[in-house]
Amino acid sequence: MVKVKISMNNSEHFVSDVEFKGNVDTIDKSVKSLSTWQMAWRHLRRNPVFWISSVIILFVLVVVIDPGLFTSADPKYGVLANQFKGSEPGHPFGFDSQGYDILARLVYGAQPSVTIGICVTIISTLLGGIVGSIAGFFGGWLDTILSRITDIFYAIPLILGAVVILSVMKDVEGIWKVVFVLSLFSWVSTARMMRGKVLETKGQEFIESAHALGASRFQILFKHIIPNSLGPVIVVATVGLGSAIVAESTLTFLGLGLGGNIPSWGHDINAAQNYLATQPQLLLYPAITLAITVLAFILLGDAVNEALDPKARK
Amino acid sequence: MKSYIGKRLLQAVIVLLGATLLIYALVFAMPGDPALAIVGEKNQHNQALINQVRAQYNLDKPFILQYLLFMKGVFTLNFGNAMQFGHQPVINLIGQAFPATICLALLAFAFELVIGIVVGVVAGIKRGGIFDQTVLILTLVLIAVPTFVTGFIARLFFGVDWKLLPPTVDNNLDFIHLLMPALILASVSIANIVRLTRNEVSTNLSADYVQTAKAKGLSKIRITFVHVLRNSLIPVVTYLGADLGALMGGAVVTETVFNVHGIGNLLYKAIPQGDGPLIVSIVTILVLIFVISNLLVDILYAFLDPRIRYGKGEN
Repeated sequence: MVKVKISMNNSEHFVSDVEFKGNVDTIDKSVKSLSTWQMAWRHLRRNPVFWISSVIILFVLVVVIDPGLFTSADPKYGVLANQFKGSEPGHPFGFDSQGYDILARLVYGAQPSVTIGICVTIISTLLGGIVGSIAGFFGGWLDTILSRITDIFYAIPLILGAVVILSVMKDVEGIWKVVFVLSLFSWVSTARMMRGKVLETKGQEFIESAHALGASRFQILFKHIIPNSLGPVIVVATVGLGSAIVAESTLTFLGLGLGGNIPSWGHDINAAQNYLATQPQLLLYPAITLAITVLAFILLGDAVNEALDPKARK
Repeated sequence: MKSYIGKRLLQAVIVLLGATLLIYALVFAMPGDPALAIVGEKNQHNQALINQVRAQYNLDKPFILQYLLFMKGVFTLNFGNAMQFGHQPVINLIGQAFPATICLALLAFAFELVIGIVVGVVAGIKRGGIFDQTVLILTLVLIAVPTFVTGFIARLFFGVDWKLLPPTVDNNLDFIHLLMPALILASVSIANIVRLTRNEVSTNLSADYVQTAKAKGLSKIRITFVHVLRNSLIPVVTYLGADLGALMGGAVVTETVFNVHGIGNLLYKAIPQGDGPLIVSIVTILVLIFVISNLLVDILYAFLDPRIRYGKGEN
């Protein structure tokens, strides 16, 4: 009896190391083969960029969940006498044009921006993922209809579409209108990508063999095609989360996003522009905070992409 | 080829009708009375004006008829009058603003092409080197910082403090005045193109056909600039086509920061005034331009890449 030992221990190149001695009778499965995700994780955990961006994101999430941990000042309580005052004990960043404590504005400003980013990402990933996989998997007239609908939404640039809808919804307060508008125009890229990925996976041999082994259409879709298409979706989602935060601040700059009564980075950056020449720190603090948060999400997406796609590594 | 163009044209028509219907439906079929939204907060009780608005925008007719009348206006370039801006015809307002936006967008597009591709190719050839690493960090910063912040900072330093470039454009549509706004407008796209080109070039450099070319004894320069570059630029061209939309959205921000009297700035001014018809008309025109230019890029693309012409490529 000849045993063939297949091991995937060489994590650097994932080369299967096959001892071949004549005919194959059994395959020794004592060495477990690694799934794509396990391989990705092995690569990911050795990437410093992944750890740095994860730590930043975790920190931001803690700030979002409990802003009171980081400042005792009230972001909505301003004393005009404190206008532009520099840093003093208990107020390390000083005060802004309204006499608000800048640190408190930064800490509480995280909540709307990050909540919008997360909600938009969840909605557009689910919606885009479902539309894309249905279109790609079932094909035919369903694909034609869904693809044309996707094309229609794609033809309206995010900022322009948001401007049109938000200018009608001016009286509505709060973050949900921004979530609605940004989700409405950002699911398209996920849908297109998912459709392409599903089409690509559908044509592969292992799907054919699953079919030959008697798997039903739904089993094939949920057990094989969707998990295999998930990698790029995660990448698009993390990068999209960063873009949603940037888009929210842009809409707030245009006077269509969040109003002044909700502390947000976008609002504070916008409010700082009038004092830019004399008080540039008012703009720089919220802008840098926003940029670091967005950067962390983009870098996380990059790291995941590199781990999932061997071609992106070097 | 003919059937490809025909198919693509049909798709563009469907997308155009769908997109305009979507915009129209989102604005005029929202809950509440659109006429009240159009007249603005100050005139909520001015019944005569509200009735006039209803008649002017055909709001008293069934929705689909309203839309058809609107589309008739689009094709005859008759968008009616603006609610604000001295009740001027919308088409005049847009016509006055158009040249500035076109100049700005073309210049930005040229920067994208030249800077994006050149920097991307150099970074891709020397992947992992100091130039590559620096460029990667810079592109990430450009992507992560909102354009209006980049614009404010550039205007403050280059325009106001160091007086290297004019800080605002106003009505001067010459190269020097448009240089900084165009660079800012293009900045995010330049960053994306650099990253895309870099990845494509470095992936292609290790492809089998490069080995074959080397084995045949072709020079390194010929391999890089003829074989690798041509293959690397295919996804870049796709990106450039799709990016026109982002340029138009971005123009709203850039034109506002640098006070360019273009369409984006007009849109920005129309927002606080609640000028519904003007907003819808501007966005409709920009979407029209986006769809048509995308169509042109796709057709051009089919000429460049035979795989698409012969129907192998997925649309």
